Amino acid sequence: MVITTLRGDFVRKKEMIAMLLAGGQGSRLGVLTKNKAKPAVAFGGKYRIIDFPMSNCINSGVDTVGVLTQYQPLQLNRHIGIGIPWDLDRRHGGVTVLPPHMKAGEEEGNWYTGTADAIYQNINFIDRYNPTYVLVISGDHIYRMDYGEMLARHKQTGADVTIAVLEVPWEEANRFGIMNTDENGKIHSFEEKPKEPKSNLASMGIYIFTWDMMQAALLEVHEDYADMDFGKHLIPEYLKQNKNLYAYPFSGYWKDVGTIDSFWAANMDLIKTVPEFDLYEDFAKIYTSSEHQPPQFSGANSDIRASLISEGCQVYGTVHNSILGTDVHVAEGAIVRDSIIMEGSVIHENSVLEKVIVDVGCVIGKNTQIGIGEDIINEEKPKIYNTGITVVGEGSQIPEGVVIGKNCVIHGVTTAENYIDGKLESGGTLDLTEEVQKPCEQ
Amino acid sequence: MRAVGIILAGGQSDRLRELSAVRATPAMPVGSCYRAIDFPLSNMANSGIRKVAVITQYNSRSLHDHLNSSKWWGFGRKQGGLFVLAPFLSKEGNFGFRGTADSIHQNISFLERSKEPYVVITGGDGIYKMDYNAVLDFHIQRDADITVVCKDVHGMDVTNFGVVALGENGRITHFEEKPLEAFSNTISLGIYIIKRTLLIELLGTIISEGRFDFVRDIVERYRKRLNIYGFMYNDYWAVINSAQSYFNINMDFLRTDIRNMFFAQEPFIETKNKDEPPAKYNAHSQVKNCLVGCGSIIDGLAENSVLFRRVKVGEGAAVRNSVIMEGCHIYPGAIVVNAILDKNVKVLSGAEVIGGAGEPKVIMKGSVV
Repeated sequence: MVITTLRGDFVRKKEMIAMLLAGGQGSRLGVLTKNKAKPAVAFGGKYRIIDFPMSNCINSGVDTVGVLTQYQPLQLNRHIGIGIPWDLDRRHGGVTVLPPHMKAGEEEGNWYTGTADAIYQNINFIDRYNPTYVLVISGDHIYRMDYGEMLARHKQTGADVTIAVLEVPWEEANRFGIMNTDENGKIHSFEEKPKEPKSNLASMGIYIFTWDMMQAALLEVHEDYADMDFGKHLIPEYLKQNKNLYAYPFSGYWKDVGTIDSFWAANMDLIKTVPEFDLYEDFAKIYTSSEHQPPQFSGANSDIRASLISEGCQVYGTVHNSILGTDVHVAEGAIVRDSIIMEGSVIHENSVLEKVIVDVGCVIGKNTQIGIGEDIINEEKPKIYNTGITVVGEGSQIPEGVVIGKNCVIHGVTTAENYIDGKLESGGTLDLTEEVQKPCEQ
Repeated sequence: MRAVGIILAGGQSDRLRELSAVRATPAMPVGSCYRAIDFPLSNMANSGIRKVAVITQYNSRSLHDHLNSSKWWGFGRKQGGLFVLAPFLSKEGNFGFRGTADSIHQNISFLERSKEPYVVITGGDGIYKMDYNAVLDFHIQRDADITVVCKDVHGMDVTNFGVVALGENGRITHFEEKPLEAFSNTISLGIYIIKRTLLIELLGTIISEGRFDFVRDIVERYRKRLNIYGFMYNDYWAVINSAQSYFNINMDFLRTDIRNMFFAQEPFIETKNKDEPPAKYNAHSQVKNCLVGCGSIIDGLAENSVLFRRVKVGEGAAVRNSVIMEGCHIYPGAIVVNAILDKNVKVLSGAEVIGGAGEPKVIMKGSVV
């Protein structure tokens, strides 16, 4: 359908476009999100978290995606580029990165203060495509979903909003936004993290809105709330006005990877012999930005079991129950167990890593031991590092021969002097990045 | 850029046995995730050549499939591009391509419409990494009419190649294609640089005389009238011309020096991206000295082998000294030794595919053993 606008140029209509919320910091991922937004964190070896919703879009036939960025967007922007890996480089539509911006007449620009506020601030973008429906998704979940089926349900029920829901165990229902529905799936009330849940249908943070009504609601409500949010403000407002809200039940694999432990566990899900989330299915592939990708080499003395090994890796040592990103080098005699090693990191000879997450581009010296000792939770950030996993931040270096405990955090180029008696005890933190003042890049 | 590129990708070789039944040699899968043509094509792109013609003829479907988008090698720009040229019918009739020179001549408009002063011509079945700028600089410095890239080889039968004798300053004094008796151990690698206008002129002349071969009718026949020089190349170079050489080339990629040369040192060899997930090693996998392609799932033993993409090796299966192409499935308990399995071969439980040490067993594409 072609619609002539007042200016006489054409707006080709898109039935549904997607708005992907990718601005979150993901502070519970600790040092992993220090230099990058959560959706840009590596997952499953060669992927980044945002690849999953992005691939879902193109696999569902949604070819117009606005990516709302805010926190540390550099790596995310580089990864998305013009959308080539997802076939989202289009003449009409495709991917558009939407950062917060100044508007005419403003003294200062406005940050995105809430999820719904971010959509409100980009009404002009959405209107350019004149969509009937707007799909709102976030960039921090691992799942495979056909949004087309969800749209079919949205049309069938005549809903104003359709919210994807997942049945969660009753005892965990108090951690989610819970939808209370009637037998037809119509939502009559919504409770955020209820103490006594009346239902176990948790919102997955995936919404389809009928755009006309959403636009009207955003314009009406935005003055009332400075931090306009879907769950807190917009959905309650819809309910108050007796709009048609329907739940779309989803039964496949869906994981929130917002904490160190859930991030680690979701990675480990992939290496099961018959994984619940199967990357190897031919339909609905997950796409990612891949630059130079030679094959992976396993040396004559390598021992690799129950692991995912990405392109360009060279493994001469032992890798068990682990995930290696692209171009990781594991030297002879090194042992990597229950760990996640991200792109370009090097593990030198005879080092032992147990339950460690090593971010992109790290160098682990010879004969080091990481993840050894008592399970003492992190002293500085006990709420983040408390499940025995030690995390090494992006670009870190660890000298030869040191011993590092559990629930530790290391970030920066460390040398032997930084370790007392060659040790970092369990629960310790060693962050040298604060001290180094980076020169202003011209 | 100073040159356009032509890749002669029409060839086949009977000595490739069953492997060439389904594809032209330049489409042969190499090194776990590449095809042979990726090497010359990446060399062209990496040398800054922006306009490249790939001339196909024999069994070209898989080659066309591989080249269906030129973006993997960085072509497809507003300036230049990748031109895949196949034989076509015309008013004069359909001759196919009657030789390498004829295949270029039938597409002479590609050269006529170009502005670049030089042409780099190469085959599509050589595995090597070369900066053609070095050859071009040599060509210009010597004021050559044609430069032929040459290499000294030892321990191989040179009578399958063009054999070259060079004078003191690098001028080719003798050239014989596939001689009965070798007179030197310097061979032509089938890589040439020539001035574009000279090539157009020579092609016009020889075709009107009913001659159609670039090597025999230009390089060999004109070697005294033209200034033809040999540029010596010393790095790794191999050509796919038999099942055994195909096997050996793949095994070469298990060598650290070869892997470093192609995979670790820029510029890189690029190939079509298939978006496969990482290789998955299950609980019983034992993989030693292997290249493993992405999307593979290994639960058995693999040793001294090159596994391409999406290969499955079941529990208790064993693969040794073999080349296993994309999509093969080695079922639990099956054994494959000294073999080349073409794409999508299934070796069922209990079956054995065992070849000789110097003579790999070749299993045709899609077979079930």
